[in-house]
Amino acid sequence: MTQIVTAPALEMRGITKRYPGVVANDGIDLEVRPGEIHALLGENGAGKSTLMNILYGLATPDEGEIALDGNPVQISGPSDAIARGISMVHQHFMLIPVLSVADNILLGEETMANPIFLDRNEAHRRIVELGKRFGFEIDPEVKVGSLSVGWQQRVEILKALYREARILVLDEPTAVLTPQETKEIFEVLRRLAAEGHSIIFISHKLYEVLEIADRITVIRRGKVVGQRVPSETDEDDLAALMVGRNVQLIVDRGESHPAEPRLVVTDLRVNDDRGHEVVKGVSFEVRAGEILGLAGVAGNGQEELVEALTGLRKPISGTVELGDRNVTGTGPRDLQKAGMSFVPGDRHRFGLILTFPLEDNLVLTQYDEAPYSRGFLRNDAAIHARAKEAIAEFDIRTPSATVNAGTLSGGNQQKTVVAREFSRKLTALVLDQPTRGLDVGSIEFIHKQVIAKRDQGAAVLLVSAELDEVMELSDRVGVMYRGELVALLDAPTAEREEVGLLMATGRRDQAALAEATTSMTADLHLAEGGAEPPTTRTHVPPPPPQAGNDDDGSTSS
Amino acid sequence: MKLARRIYALSIIPIISVLLALLVGAILIILTSPVSQGELDLLLPIKAYEALLEGATGISFLDTDDGTLAFAFSIDPDRAARALTSTLVAAGPLVLTGLAVGVGFKAGLFNIGGTGQVLVGGIFAALAGAAVAEQPVPVAVTIAVLAGAFGGALYGFIPGALKAFTGAHEVVVTIMLNSLAAFVIIGLVNDIFKITGPTFARTADVGNAVLPVLFGRDGNVGILIAFAMVPIAYFLIYRTTLGFEIRTVGANPSAARYAGMSPRRLIILTLSMCGLFAGLAGAIIILGPSLGYYPAVFGTTIGFAGITVALLGRSHPVGIAFAALLLGGMNAGAPAMQIVADIQREIIDVIQGLILLFLAMEVVIRRVLRVRAESIAPEELQTVSASYGQGSTT
Repeated sequence: MTQIVTAPALEMRGITKRYPGVVANDGIDLEVRPGEIHALLGENGAGKSTLMNILYGLATPDEGEIALDGNPVQISGPSDAIARGISMVHQHFMLIPVLSVADNILLGEETMANPIFLDRNEAHRRIVELGKRFGFEIDPEVKVGSLSVGWQQRVEILKALYREARILVLDEPTAVLTPQETKEIFEVLRRLAAEGHSIIFISHKLYEVLEIADRITVIRRGKVVGQRVPSETDEDDLAALMVGRNVQLIVDRGESHPAEPRLVVTDLRVNDDRGHEVVKGVSFEVRAGEILGLAGVAGNGQEELVEALTGLRKPISGTVELGDRNVTGTGPRDLQKAGMSFVPGDRHRFGLILTFPLEDNLVLTQYDEAPYSRGFLRNDAAIHARAKEAIAEFDIRTPSATVNAGTLSGGNQQKTVVAREFSRKLTALVLDQPTRGLDVGSIEFIHKQVIAKRDQGAAVLLVSAELDEVMELSDRVGVMYRGELVALLDAPTAEREEVGLLMATGRRDQAALAEATTSMTADLHLAEGGAEPPTTRTHVPPPPPQAGNDDDGSTSS
Repeated sequence: MKLARRIYALSIIPIISVLLALLVGAILIILTSPVSQGELDLLLPIKAYEALLEGATGISFLDTDDGTLAFAFSIDPDRAARALTSTLVAAGPLVLTGLAVGVGFKAGLFNIGGTGQVLVGGIFAALAGAAVAEQPVPVAVTIAVLAGAFGGALYGFIPGALKAFTGAHEVVVTIMLNSLAAFVIIGLVNDIFKITGPTFARTADVGNAVLPVLFGRDGNVGILIAFAMVPIAYFLIYRTTLGFEIRTVGANPSAARYAGMSPRRLIILTLSMCGLFAGLAGAIIILGPSLGYYPAVFGTTIGFAGITVALLGRSHPVGIAFAALLLGGMNAGAPAMQIVADIQREIIDVIQGLILLFLAMEVVIRRVLRVRAESIAPEELQTVSASYGQGSTT
């Protein structure tokens, strides 16, 4: 990168933002140069989201100032931010699946031919041209819902570029992508930077930050604790900066001592909500004392498979055995009594009742058992005592046991689910995306707990779109592709690249590699098959910009 | 302290809504005064609301004897006793229909079927009462009241079962069941159960099953039955595991399933329970000392008023009790207002409608008035809007 002496594209100086009881941002300085990819690193609740909300005009700082190209500005709201060339690509895409790419891009930034009608031709021309310029050609008439997640993300970026953004904020852009898709998106980002765009890249994944960023700013508890250049740092250094202590990035998983098969799945077929068969005859067994990891791009049938295993969905054929019992089609209650614990992938949908107190959530799957229930009565004292215990044991950071679960940060919400499910007497443990969206500290904690459960003899099934997680934790690795288990590998000998390729194409030869890296057709192909792109995520509204309510919430510090 | 904050947070919007409704009602009274009084009378709302308050509580703060307005606080004990009795009598059924809606909200269900459940409860109570008319009073009353509760529960069970097993939306089903109940019962009372003698069609007298009067002209056992349901409902919802299940299904049906609960069972159970409360309302009206039989012309809006009561009371049993007292008081004081201030009593319906409107505008009110209190789970409003939006919650 050439170091010309120009004003920084963005300068935030001494940004302080206080919420009742917590200082979310405490005198933060951030400087982003034109054409720079600047990574912002920090744990959940460190203050990244608050800082970005301030930049995007969703929150007003109590102190400090913002300058664009050296000129001090006041950003009054998102539309003002967009007008000034600041755009945000959210982790949960803000796209409407049933609309075309062009319609999604035009929403809120309509290109008009005259006061009444849109100028679609002009819009199409600009979209195609922008795509070409940054290395991805896209058909503006394709429905967004039929695109893979990677391409949906590109639509989000296009949306920003269409609004002539010069500063792009990407919040965890790779969280939902395969390694191949991540590489491609990095290529796009590099091109954007080369054309002079400034990019703020928020991520938890240290190696990605090291790969893509020009500079890295690390935030902890509302303060900038360090700035690094990738060539002069490494993952351990960054993790220690972020968490404030040395972190074991890769848990020592030790040796596994698998015993008898505990969870046996035979030729399982499952339909999705629309009646399409999305799990097509899957068979595997998880032995007591081992972790079987299932990798796969989201939407390849894992969700339905997990729901069928945990009693939330009835399979159309095949069997599930737990211990020596056939539990096919058994409901969640009976499975729980039989010793199965389940950490659901969508903690907001299944795992928690956000409007209920934390203590109620900590007994959500045990509320009907002693001592939390006496006959038909709730035992509030026992529930409260249990909450105190779990909060201490699992380090759930909360002002009290009676605050609503929705006010906790994402990491603490997940710890709540884990605390509840891991504390049961269990023989089998099904984990669906157990660390999605969590910071390294929380991930380390949860991973250690998983290993501990395995070592106590539980059969653990780990389903994750996070390839690294599957590779690090599992004793064996399976890959789901279009509803089938296309490979089952021994983890110590499996290659990361190979698994990534299997995830993207279901095959592992050179032709597959070529297919995976050629633009859109492969992705479209992928989306059309049994694999359903996880479009539901696009409906998720952005977290409200108040303290303590977003993933960057205040209650955790 | 914490409790006080919670009460404030829960009640501030209902209180503001009532005040705004009274304010808009006052403007309407002024605007219509040229018709009702023959001249524009800016002070008419004060007179009207004073008469309303006096009719509901016996408290008077104006002296209007000599034609001018002078503030003079006074309570006439006899009048207060009469007024409060009629307020309680009017509030009793509203507590029950309020619970019939509010408990449903807790489970994410919008029970619009209160009206039908009241009618079915009423006819069950009337027929059972007539059958045991000769039995000793405690026996007759108990059987008739329980029959009413059973009838209402049965009429709540139907939409519950339909929703649980076919996904039929409870709003649509209960609206239709309201008409069904009304017309079938009219037919039955005009035909099969009609007794000879009276000049109008009605069922036989319930005899000893008439609710005993405890105080005043008609302060009867029904009031006790109604208000006794308040702590029972509270206990059920917040202190039992069943209540926890009901609230969980209401807050997040997916999580309820994950937690091993059976949403189907809970939907049926909850709607039956809602029906039970509404059926009790029908029973205490029909068995009340002023009726004691089921007239074919019996029509009632308290099923729908229950929606206002539940929303105003934030679906909390205690809130519902206060809301029922407020609305009951308005209904009880309306005749006095009509006589004293010469205003059509329908203005009370308008004000109650406005209360509902302002409650639904919670977000707007918070913005405009900058209400600082946190918003506590307006789950009932979500249930209402979901009923018209995305449909089924299962």
